[in-house]
Amino acid sequence: MNLPVIIKFVIDLLAVLLLALGIKGLSKVKSARDANRLAAFAMSLSVVGLLSYYLGTSGIAIQSWIWIIIGSIIGSLFGAILAKKVPMTSMPETVALFNGCGGMSSLLVALGVAIFPISNSVENLDFFKSLINEVSISVSIFVGAITFTGSMVAMAKLQGWLSTPGWTQSKVRHFVNIVFAVASLIAFFDLINGNTSSIWLLVIVSSLLGIGVTLPIGGADMPVVISLLNSYSGIAAAAAGFVVDSQLLIVAGAMVGAAGLILTQVMCKGMNRSLVSVLFGGSLSAQSTASSGSGEYTNITSCSVEECALTLEAANKVIIVPGYGLAVAQAQHTLREVTKKLEQSGIEVVYAIHPVAGRMPGHMNVLLAEADVPYEQLKEMDVVNPDFPATDVVLVLGANDVVNPQAKNDSSSPLYGMPVLDVQEARTVFVIKRGMSAGYSGIKNDLFDLPNTSMVFGDAKKVLNDLIGELKDLGVGEK
Amino acid sequence: MSFISLLWVLLLGSLLGLELIGKVPPTLHTPLMSGANAISGITMLAALTLIVKAEGNVPLLIIGSVSLGFALFNVVGGFFVTDRMLAMFSRKPSNKK
Repeated sequence: MNLPVIIKFVIDLLAVLLLALGIKGLSKVKSARDANRLAAFAMSLSVVGLLSYYLGTSGIAIQSWIWIIIGSIIGSLFGAILAKKVPMTSMPETVALFNGCGGMSSLLVALGVAIFPISNSVENLDFFKSLINEVSISVSIFVGAITFTGSMVAMAKLQGWLSTPGWTQSKVRHFVNIVFAVASLIAFFDLINGNTSSIWLLVIVSSLLGIGVTLPIGGADMPVVISLLNSYSGIAAAAAGFVVDSQLLIVAGAMVGAAGLILTQVMCKGMNRSLVSVLFGGSLSAQSTASSGSGEYTNITSCSVEECALTLEAANKVIIVPGYGLAVAQAQHTLREVTKKLEQSGIEVVYAIHPVAGRMPGHMNVLLAEADVPYEQLKEMDVVNPDFPATDVVLVLGANDVVNPQAKNDSSSPLYGMPVLDVQEARTVFVIKRGMSAGYSGIKNDLFDLPNTSMVFGDAKKVLNDLIGELKDLGVGEK
Repeated sequence: MSFISLLWVLLLGSLLGLELIGKVPPTLHTPLMSGANAISGITMLAALTLIVKAEGNVPLLIIGSVSLGFALFNVVGGFFVTDRMLAMFSRKPSNKK
């Protein structure tokens, strides 16, 4: 072993170690931020390792440097700008976009190697070695393409650019996807047999497969899909590692792939969904229209903001249940104003965070943190559920399915078994909502019919603003 | 590196990944996903290798460069956005003091 090889080996080893520590640290609140930086450092270290290796052995041509610099500057610049500018509310689609680009990168590397075999690595290979080469190129293209198109569809759906077309909810979609899958399999083996032209067929059908699989999935399940696609992009990176013969790439790719899979599993558990039903079940609302849960509301009580303010003023303990609607209305700052007033007049305020509140698990915590809500006031579902009977007022802001008592009481409901917040146990529940439309699941919410529930209709931000005014008139929080 | 030892690397890497994440508080699901996503941009190393080994083959250089751009978009954007999210959590305690 000569020196550059040894140096690269040591750097690679260090990078893998730091990446592993980074992923590990990211799963704990205290260490998360440092862990993220550590991982970023490990990534730059790996680049230094690779470049120094080539500098020390074959050298790097000026032309290569130029293209490296062009590619890195453009990519990093756009990435940094997007990361700085994007509002916290559209985090899920941003992650999807980044993820898709990672998949695209693996796809391009494999395509490049397939079309223009790298000199002195492919030409004089024995049969076995070239077979491995073909297989890893095919896997990289297949997974990379699925990751790319799947992520793009996920992003478009989350942004609202793309709705779920009706036909994708019928059984036909399984047939269509099977056709795509079989076609990619044929292209796959054709490619391995040495028929290079089928590479384009593979690119096209695996792209279509990515679209076909993601398109029928409903918005509520999208986070799980993004997490799964994230795992795929790790696999694509590992496959690309086989293509260019890089252990570091294989380790890191496999690590992300496996960790992503676990995270997907954890998320599924929080939403009471199985991975299989997310992937093949279609959107939840399509199944539930036929269920017994749907029906007319019979006992809706609607009330004004003023009544709501009066009740709040008399309360001792208030629990806020924020949901997707709050995120959409960007009302987290206004909410913070309201709770500040309540706190100043000695009312205890706590936020009940359902595991899938917002648009993605953990998303609501990010949004509330952005609005300066103290971390200690955010309570997880299991912690806060026993507190509801001793609570005077619950404010449900744009949440729906996560407070539906059906999930506990009605075994015929599609929601049955999903962990929910027991808000109906509180003395009074105010539901701030734009209208009577159903939540993600498309299911009637029995909570709205209960005698202790009052609906305050309106956009979350506007209602909260009015609420601030009413509280001011009542002299709440002004001492 | 022989193929078999690369397979070992793959296997051990996967096992490591499975072990790393045990219990994650729901708070961190989004940042963790976003951070892991940034790491999956490690495929930039493959793009770099491609460019270095292209030896003047211009189409290959362009493919490599575009691929590198996509990967770095993923990496840089991913880490920045994760940091932005996590900054909101870690700022809290210092504010209270």
